[in-house]
Amino acid sequence: MVTGAPVAEATGITKRFGPTVALHEAAIRIEAGQTHALVGRNGAGKSTLVSVLTGLQVPDEGTVTFGGEPAPRLADRDAWRRRVACVYQKSTIIPELTVAENLFLNRHDRGRGGLISWRTTRTRARELLETWSVDVDVRTPAGELDVEQRQFVEIARALSFGARFIILDEPTAQLDGAAIARLFTRITDLQQQGVTFLFISHHLQEIYEICDVVTVFRDARHILTAAVDELPRAELVAAMTGEAAAEKGRGRNGPPAHAADVLKVDGATLPGVYDDVSLRVRAGEIVGLAGAASSGRIELTETVVGLRTATGGTVEIAGARPRPGSVPAALKAGAGFVPQDRHRQGFVPEMSIADNGTLTIPERLGPAGFIDGRRRDRFARSMIGKLAIKTPGPELPVSGLSGGNQQKVVMARALANDAKLLVLINPTAGVDVRSKEFLLGKVEEIAESGTGVLIASDELDDLRLCDRVLVVFQGRVVGEMASGWHDHELVAAMEGVELDA
Amino acid sequence: MPETAVTTDHPVGGTDDPPTRAGGGRRIAIARMRDLALIPAIIVIAIVGQLVSPIFLRPDNLINVLQAMSEIAVLVLAQTLVLIVKKMDLSLESTVGLAPGVAAWLTVPVGTGHGLGLLPGGWSVPVALAVGVLIGVVNALFIIRFGLNGFIVTLGMLITLRGILTGISGGQTFFRLPESMLYLGTTQWFGMPASVWVCLVLFAVGIVVLGFTSFGRSLYAIGGNVDASKAAGIRTDRVLWIVIVTASLLAALSGLMLSGRLASVASAQGNGYIFTVFAAAVIGGISLNGGKGTMFGAFTGILLLFMIQNVLTLGGVPPEWIGALNGTIILIALALSRVTGGKAQE
Repeated sequence: MVTGAPVAEATGITKRFGPTVALHEAAIRIEAGQTHALVGRNGAGKSTLVSVLTGLQVPDEGTVTFGGEPAPRLADRDAWRRRVACVYQKSTIIPELTVAENLFLNRHDRGRGGLISWRTTRTRARELLETWSVDVDVRTPAGELDVEQRQFVEIARALSFGARFIILDEPTAQLDGAAIARLFTRITDLQQQGVTFLFISHHLQEIYEICDVVTVFRDARHILTAAVDELPRAELVAAMTGEAAAEKGRGRNGPPAHAADVLKVDGATLPGVYDDVSLRVRAGEIVGLAGAASSGRIELTETVVGLRTATGGTVEIAGARPRPGSVPAALKAGAGFVPQDRHRQGFVPEMSIADNGTLTIPERLGPAGFIDGRRRDRFARSMIGKLAIKTPGPELPVSGLSGGNQQKVVMARALANDAKLLVLINPTAGVDVRSKEFLLGKVEEIAESGTGVLIASDELDDLRLCDRVLVVFQGRVVGEMASGWHDHELVAAMEGVELDA
Repeated sequence: MPETAVTTDHPVGGTDDPPTRAGGGRRIAIARMRDLALIPAIIVIAIVGQLVSPIFLRPDNLINVLQAMSEIAVLVLAQTLVLIVKKMDLSLESTVGLAPGVAAWLTVPVGTGHGLGLLPGGWSVPVALAVGVLIGVVNALFIIRFGLNGFIVTLGMLITLRGILTGISGGQTFFRLPESMLYLGTTQWFGMPASVWVCLVLFAVGIVVLGFTSFGRSLYAIGGNVDASKAAGIRTDRVLWIVIVTASLLAALSGLMLSGRLASVASAQGNGYIFTVFAAAVIGGISLNGGKGTMFGAFTGILLLFMIQNVLTLGGVPPEWIGALNGTIILIALALSRVTGGKAQE
């Protein structure tokens, strides 16, 4: 390992929030030039450690040092920013302002008379982005950047403060395969230029791909730190979950031979997005839609549930043809839906689990538009039991749950109206290993009971349980794979058609 | 409005499609044009006005329009600052009455109305401005220090302040104001009323501050994303304090201009202004969700509204109907700005 003082070191960190212990004598040591992975299930204390390392929170006990020197005072934001920066999952850019302004916010270039010189600011922004080869027009309003561009801009901004230690908090959660590959190339490049990364991810595969060292946290404690290439996958999972990971047998039988179609899409067309797509999902069948982010698979899936309206073609759910572009009609026809972004489309954070879970079925909760609170809570309790949602009760606001449990609530809602067709978009995004397995197991169970399932996802694990996977490229279904495919086959199908990207 | 901006429909979620990059330049141009969106409408109204009455484009009529709108325009400026940081201040309209009202109460000699005659006339302007600052401090205290919702706090303040003015004036109008209070409303500078100059200069300063100073840009940053602003080292609370207090101070100034022009302070001075103020700001492209819009846009918003009113008056619309027409026009203008702005207002 590299000698000399570590870029960042935290020792004996304890942090309590009321009765909850978020970190208990935790420690991490990050050597210069490493790409260091931090893994742990939701609630393991990763986020708290990040806020301690970035100076957003003071630990109750313990010390943080950067390059051997003690951390600056909490109020000295500039000093912190010269040492460390974090690219969060949630954006820290201001969408209404341009990229240039976001880069130099609160440190614009002044021209004559102390007024901001926009030209100099733009030029410096352009130079900065060029230095780190980020290909973005600095005059673009930042709100129009996609996730990938935004991350690169945020990384460039961090570097411009002089920080050479950057924390990436689940940077790949919202990216597709090609973008992830580009991000990794960028990380490797920067690493060679002396930038140190702390990489937080739920995807163990990514850690094996780009990280040198991995630190595992569990239940607010540091469990282990080891070189990645000396730590077998099974041991890493065991360290995260606290138990040996059993290889799970996926013995799906597939749908019965004469099962009826629960979803028929014929010649669906939306110009510029997808074109003449036809597909079938039979009762009890799980069908996956794989493809790059711009392939149109998400839009196609959203069309099925009425979030978008196709200009041509038909969608038939369980024998009925819901009015195109109407979500209520699609739900009435028997569709259950887990949307792409649970924070934006999945739930109302301040409403309780019970209210969120029953949003789609008010008619079952009481007569003529009235809601019977007890009936709702009974319903919610059965939901909490069925999906093993970790909560003290149905009255807790969804915002108080961890990511995995939030997703379970969304799933519960999709199932609430006894769906004949379950439509899932990225159902396990930002969800920890255990919740993920649970959710996917649930999907299989639902399919066994005769519901057709359509999954649009870029997670291989999500697609693995599908009976068939359809590969979508530039708005067309270009291939189909029966279950039992190898990772590289599917990835090649998704990536192979992406040579121009 | 003849101008129709392209409505870009973004797919939900951060999809990575190359056209986004290619289309960047065009969208930037449109974003800039939003600022000038009302200019065509203003030109159209000017032409219509000239057709309705040849007086319309005469300099004295135009100055008339500018003077009529000057007080309320200052309020629009104040509200614009507050809206950009994603707050609201409804109490501005009652500050317009109360600030000069308190000044008049303390300076108007005993015997005329409810005057106390406690202070010499020269104090009236500083007193009015001080009342404005004080109201701003109270607002800021509730909104920032105690973290209450700005809408409900300033609604409460609106009612309280109006009540105080009714209380001190006994529901009557203050007359015989001291000389210094009349100055802004009656003096001419270089052939234009002083209030017009004050209004134009304030907007010019506003445009420069919002567009070209770190302080001004921090308003947009705060309105766009408070947490990101904090992370960028902006002292968000301090900026909010300054904005809220400045807004009330400007409202007091607006009240002084109005009292000076009318040579009196009615106990209902300023009532009903706030709707016009909000409408002008929104028509001018200021977002109620914060972080968006320019001072220039806000100016064109209020200018457009007053030009329409002037055209209606010149066109011989009976004064009883001006109110109804005015409200209708504002609603139509809002609908049009929604169409040209391309995005739904929330």
